[in-house]
This record gives sequence, structure tokens and C-alpha cells, in this order.
Amino acid sequence: MDAIFLQILNGLDKGGAYALIALGLTLVFGTLGVVNFAHGALFMLGAFCAVTLNRLLNVSYEQVSETEKDFLGNPLKEQVPYLQGWLGEDMGSFLLDYSVPLSIIMAIVVMGIVGVVMERGLIRHFYKRPHADQILVTFGLAIVIGELIRHYYGANPIPQSAPSAVSGAANVGAWVGLGNNVIYPWWRLVYFAFSAVVIFGVFAFLQFTTFGMVVRAGMQDRETVGLLGINIQQKFTIVFALAAIVAGVAGAMYTPILPPDYNMGMDFLVLSFVVVVVGGMGSLGGAVLAGFLLGILQSFASMSVVQNALPGIAQIIVYLVAVIVLLTLPRGLMGRKGVMED
Amino acid sequence: MTVAETDGAIQLISPSVLQGHKDNKPYFATVLGFSLPGAEVGVLAERLIAGAVHDALVCALERCRILPPSKIYIDGLRSMGGHFMSEKTEITRRRVIKSGAAAAAAAGATPYFFSRAFADGHGYRNAPKGDTVTFGFNVPQTGAYADEGADELRAYELAVEHINAGGGGMLDTFSSKVLKGGVNGKKVAFVTGDTQTKSDAARASAKRMIENDGAIMITGGSSSGVAIAVQGLCQEAGVIFMAGLTHSNDTTGKDKRANGFRHFFNTEMTGSALAPVLESNFGKDRTAYHLTADYTWGWSQEGSIKKYTENLGWKTAAAVRTPLGAGDFSSFITPVLDSGADVLVLNHYGKDMVNSLTQAVQFGLRGKQVNGKDFAIVVPLYSRLMAQGAGENVKGIYGSTNWHWSLSDEGSKAFVKSFGTKYGFPPSQAAHTTYCQAILYADACQRAGTFMPSEVGKALEGFKFDGLGNGPTEYRAEDHQCFKDVLVVKGKENPSSKFDVLEVVEVTPRAQVEYKADLLGGELGPYNNG
Repeated sequence: MDAIFLQILNGLDKGGAYALIALGLTLVFGTLGVVNFAHGALFMLGAFCAVTLNRLLNVSYEQVSETEKDFLGNPLKEQVPYLQGWLGEDMGSFLLDYSVPLSIIMAIVVMGIVGVVMERGLIRHFYKRPHADQILVTFGLAIVIGELIRHYYGANPIPQSAPSAVSGAANVGAWVGLGNNVIYPWWRLVYFAFSAVVIFGVFAFLQFTTFGMVVRAGMQDRETVGLLGINIQQKFTIVFALAAIVAGVAGAMYTPILPPDYNMGMDFLVLSFVVVVVGGMGSLGGAVLAGFLLGILQSFASMSVVQNALPGIAQIIVYLVAVIVLLTLPRGLMGRKGVMED
Repeated sequence: MTVAETDGAIQLISPSVLQGHKDNKPYFATVLGFSLPGAEVGVLAERLIAGAVHDALVCALERCRILPPSKIYIDGLRSMGGHFMSEKTEITRRRVIKSGAAAAAAAGATPYFFSRAFADGHGYRNAPKGDTVTFGFNVPQTGAYADEGADELRAYELAVEHINAGGGGMLDTFSSKVLKGGVNGKKVAFVTGDTQTKSDAARASAKRMIENDGAIMITGGSSSGVAIAVQGLCQEAGVIFMAGLTHSNDTTGKDKRANGFRHFFNTEMTGSALAPVLESNFGKDRTAYHLTADYTWGWSQEGSIKKYTENLGWKTAAAVRTPLGAGDFSSFITPVLDSGADVLVLNHYGKDMVNSLTQAVQFGLRGKQVNGKDFAIVVPLYSRLMAQGAGENVKGIYGSTNWHWSLSDEGSKAFVKSFGTKYGFPPSQAAHTTYCQAILYADACQRAGTFMPSEVGKALEGFKFDGLGNGPTEYRAEDHQCFKDVLVVKGKENPSSKFDVLEVVEVTPRAQVEYKADLLGGELGPYNNG
């Protein structure tokens, strides 16, 4: 029971990341009709926003310690961040400690700009081209972005730490009456809550605002919305930026769980596409549902009982489920008729 | 596959790749080094395209004023038709076996090099011309073990400096005193390759260094999978392989090769050194849960720890294999919580270990009570780099290591001083073992008076030395494995600096970790000089 509960938590966690990426992917597909293979790279860029902010906050000067010695017996050269010099030691280390949550602000700005530039500069030239062309150009873009990051940040993963207040484990078992055996890291709970809030926010934005209404109308029938005198193209540019921001903040917050490297986007991209296809092309609800579902399945598949019965299942379960779903429900779990079927 | 039977009059220098088309099918052939100038290889290739293989070889050799070999076997090339071997060409298994290279294929090694021993016993692959000799440093510069790789490269550069200067660092404390600046009158130069922590990339970069850069030997690496693959390649190519950080039993066990030598310890030694310490700290009634990196080293480590802990009376709850570089281990760690196990053994290394240990601690495993005992985490193979990466999480966690910078013998002190002065931080165990390997190789060449692999190998076999940081050490002749004391370490509770993360709990004497040479199986086979 404990194990099952914990694997559900693990699954929700992983599923949160999948759902956030798949949500943006579906949004872009639904509005712009573009299959964006660079979406994983946007997730990775978001993660590197967290890395960059941490580095910026850590710009230091050297100070020779009078008392302490280094391992060779020479006076120790301490690295003191400028931040601590300017804002005092307490405030400086507080900001450093919270660099990952703070990077959300940076990710929103950076990813918004990246989104607009990407859509206006490149993607819009491909609206009228076949899906194959769109896939090629966005996949190429993903490789370019990945290699740029590799050039500037190196190929190795760069660990980021969660704020110390939430770096320990929570006694989840006591909350739900399962005893003290069920503990779960705080940051992962934070991440799950965060992804739920973002998903809810995106849905609320589309459901309850005029802007959202126009976008939804545009997804249904682009031409009629245009005839009503609405600049639907401009709205869709904003939607693309929004999708980039969602992927970016998802990436930034994921860094304490998985140290980011330049290839992180590719690892998530393939899974996210499976999520989108299983959920149903063009269905936002389907993307979220499938994201959590596949996350949980993947977690269960890596339990030792399951591994012993079916070795290697953890690596293929997602694809296996995708095959089964597509055989039985060719449009995915919540797919609508007429999407990508022309 | 093209083999020229020579009567000793031809000296092999470097292999050349022939390629061309016949009937619109590509040919690729590695023809082992006749001393052909570049232009002549072109002629050779043209003739091959025309199909006159035998004539082309004879003609090319004559033009180089080399006595043509009495017999030329070219059936390999002829029978291969459309398929031929090169790094990037697909290899058809049947053809490989047909061509009599089955043994090489069975050893998991794609036969890149086709050669035969020299009749006169004087030539060997990449014999240095001029006044330098080139070492090939093959280390992971990217991938899960990139931190280790970067440190290995630093150590190699330092070792080359010391060898060329004839002193400095541990060379001053080394018991053998034959190196007086350079090796056999030549200065050491080096080339580097990136193994990417992948066997195929490692083989490709080693091959490049041997074929294109004329490397006399290959050394380095931080994964047993890579070490075994590269060792096989070096055996075929006919150069010495001085293994870097590789801990699997198989490197000098089941997969040992005459041309390969290992200074680092192995999982068998870790098991026998760690078991008594585990017993005195955790008792005999324990249940262990293994998480194991899914490749040769992980399996070897899991096997050794299981064997020794089960001898103590411990039970094994489960042993779960995790993919190398998994990153997120949470779904592997949560099942431990209610498995009834009270010890978690992390058979992980490098970034994997940093991630899995950090996550295990995040999940509250350290400080947890199970079966009325404190839950324990064991990391059988420790390194200071990993401990630093995992930070606070290593406190109180046991493991073993090949060497640690806080050792107070003269060799270690000299090494830490020279390395620390150059780079600003102390060396890791990966840096230590690779530095030793470079020095040991250079020393053996000097004592042998040649770079010929068979002679260098004989100089290393049974070689007893001291002053390289591990106390008295012997390169055992039977399996080319170094035997020395093993360090059992523990994450320090109150570190005094960011490098001071491990403390040595016990120095297990060599006698306790030594095992019979036939325990781990395998055959060295004969030396190959290329």
C-alpha cells in the first residue's frame, strides 16, 4: 500500500512535467497548426534560465582569508559573491538559496521573448507548408538551440539545489494516515503543486477571459474569427509565447529534480509527443490526463516486483501503452474528429 | 583483412585505409602499414579499383623500393565483395566469422586491425621515429563520468611534465629511479580523445589516436565497459593499454588481455575489504537492497558485495538494475522504503551516484529506523569528486576507494603538492591512478629499453614498487592486476574544507584482499606487437 501510494506520488511528479510540456505542444498545434519539435528545447532553455540566474547571482570576487588555510597550507582564497557585499550577507544568501524559484520570473521574460521571436522569425513562414516541413525545421531548430547551450554551458549536467527550507522530506504518511514509513521530498511536492497551478491557470485563462474565448474560437474556425475583424494572427503569436513560457517555467522548476544538460529537451520531447498522441491531438484535457497517466505508469513499471516479472518494462511501458491506445482508440483518449485527418 | 606475408624485410609503420568502388559497390579495407608514402597509397587504391589487387600491391611496394612479399593473401578483400570493414560500415557477422575473425567478434570486439606478428622481432606498431614518443590519453570529456575524465587529463599532463623533466611529484618518491628526463631518449608528447563514457565512441577515439596520431599506447577511461572495449581494441592493434579508473572484476578477470594492465583495484577487493567494516558497524543481521548500474561494473560490484555480505549472514531483499545515466532515481528508491530492507547498497558511480544518493537522502532514507535499526546506505566505490557533488548527503556513509588525497605517506603528499599547486585543488582517485599508470608505463619502457609491447609488458609483469601513494604494490604477472592495500572510507561528519569530505576508516592490508589468479577466469593470451 505504501509503495503504491509513493509510486503514485512519483508518477504525479513526472506526469506534471510531461503534462506541462504536452500542454504547450497541444496549444501550439491547436492554434497555429504547427507540430513544434523544438518544444523540448524550450523546456531545456527554461531549465538553463535557472542555471544562468544562479550563475549571475554567484558572480564573486576573491578574498584572502586571514585565519583559514587551504589544503596545501596556503592562506585560503574565499569566493565572496558581490551580492553579499551589496545586500548584506543575509539577504545575499537568501537570494542565492531561492535562485530556482526566483528564476521563474527570469524564465517568463526570457521565454516570452524567445517565443515571440521564434514564431515571428521562423515558424510563421511555415504555416502554409506541409507538416513534414514544419517538423524538419523545428527539429533542426531544436538541434541548433541544444548545440548553442552545449557550447556555452558545456555538455555536463549542472546540479541546482532547492531552497533549503524545502530540501528535506515531508512525512506524507502521517498526513494521510499511512504511518511514518511514507516520506516524500518536499521539492517534489512543490513541483507537483506548481504544475497543478500552472495547468489550472492556463485552462482558466482560456476559459474565463475574452482573450481565451477568442483563441478558442480561433481554434474552432480561424476564418470566421478573422471575418469578425479580429487579428487572430496576433493572438496566436501570444499563444505561442504562452506555450514557450509554460515549457520554460516547467523546466526551471525541474532543475533541482534533474540536473539540466543540453540534451534534456530531447529526452522529454519524445515522451511528450507520445503523451500528446495518447491524449489525442489537439485536446488540452487529453494532454494533461495522458501526461499524468503515463507518468504514473512509468513509476509503477520501475517497481522491483514488476521489474522482476518483466525485465526492462520500465523503459518501454510508455510506448507499449501508446501502441495499445492507438490500436483501440485511434484518435487518442480525448481526441476530436477531424484533427490532422485531412 | 588484406594480409601480406612478409619475410621480415618490410617494416610496418601505420595502417592506411583503402577505399574505392567496384561494380558500384564501395570497398573499404584496412591495409596494415607497408611503409608507403601517401601518394603510393593513392596508386594502390586505384589499382584496387581496377581489381588488380595482387599486382597493385607488388607494384606499389616495388615503387617504394621494398622487396615485395613472397606471398600476398588478398582473399579477404576479394571475398568481401560489396561489404567491407571500416569504422562506419556495417559489419556482417557471417563474413567476420567466415574470415576467421570469430574469436575477436566473440570477445565483443569489432576487428578493426588486421595484422600479424613480425618474423624478425624488431618491428612493432607505431615505433617512434624522431625524438618524441606519443602517448594516447583516452578519457571521458562528456557523459556521466566527465568530472573524472577532466581530472584524469590534468593528471596525465602533470605526469608528462614530470616524465620529461625526470622528476617532480610522485616521480621523486617512486622506488624505481630509471627515468631521467624523457623515455628511452625521447620526449613524451600526447594526444587526447573523448570516450564520451561510451564504448563505441571510446574505441573510435582510441583507433584514431593509434592510426592517425601514431600513439604508442592508450591509457585512461573511467568506466569498465569502456576499459574492456578499449583493452580489446588495443590487443588487436598491438599497443599497450594502461587502464584508467575501471573497477569491474572483468577488466583483469574474464576479459583480461596480455596488452592490458590495471593499477586500480576491483570489486572483489572492495567486497573483501568492506565486509569486516560493515560487520563491525552494522552487525550480522541485516537485509540489503541493491540499486545497480546496468553494465559490467555494476553487475560485478553487486556480485562481490552480495557474496561477501551474504557470507556475513546478511540477506539480500532485492537487486534492481537501473539504466546508466537515469538521472531521476525516485521511482527506484521509493520501493526501498517498504521493502523491509535496512541497508541500501548503491552500486552507482559518478553522476549516477550523486543523483541516487542525493535522492535517497531526500527521501529520508538516512536517519530512518527499520527493523529497530538505523537504516544504512553503503556506496561500495567512493570517490572524493562524487562525495563533493553529493555534498552533505555523504556524511557517515561507508565505501572503499583506491586512494585519497589526505593520506600522509611521502608519495601522496608529493603528488597532492604538485597537483594542487598546478590546478588549485587536490587530485581525485581517478587522477591518482592515471598518473601512476603513465609513470609506470614510462618506467617500464625505460627499463625494457624499448617501446615494444611484449618487452614493456614483461617489464611490468611481477614489477614490485613503492612510493606511489598506495604503499608496496605489485603488478601481478598472472593477470596484470596491481595488488596493494585498499582504503575503506566514510563520509566525514565535520569536514574542515570543501575537499575534506572523506575520512579513511581502515587501511585493509594487501594480504586480506588478495585472491588466487584463476578466481575470476579469463586468459591473457599472447602479446600482440601490431
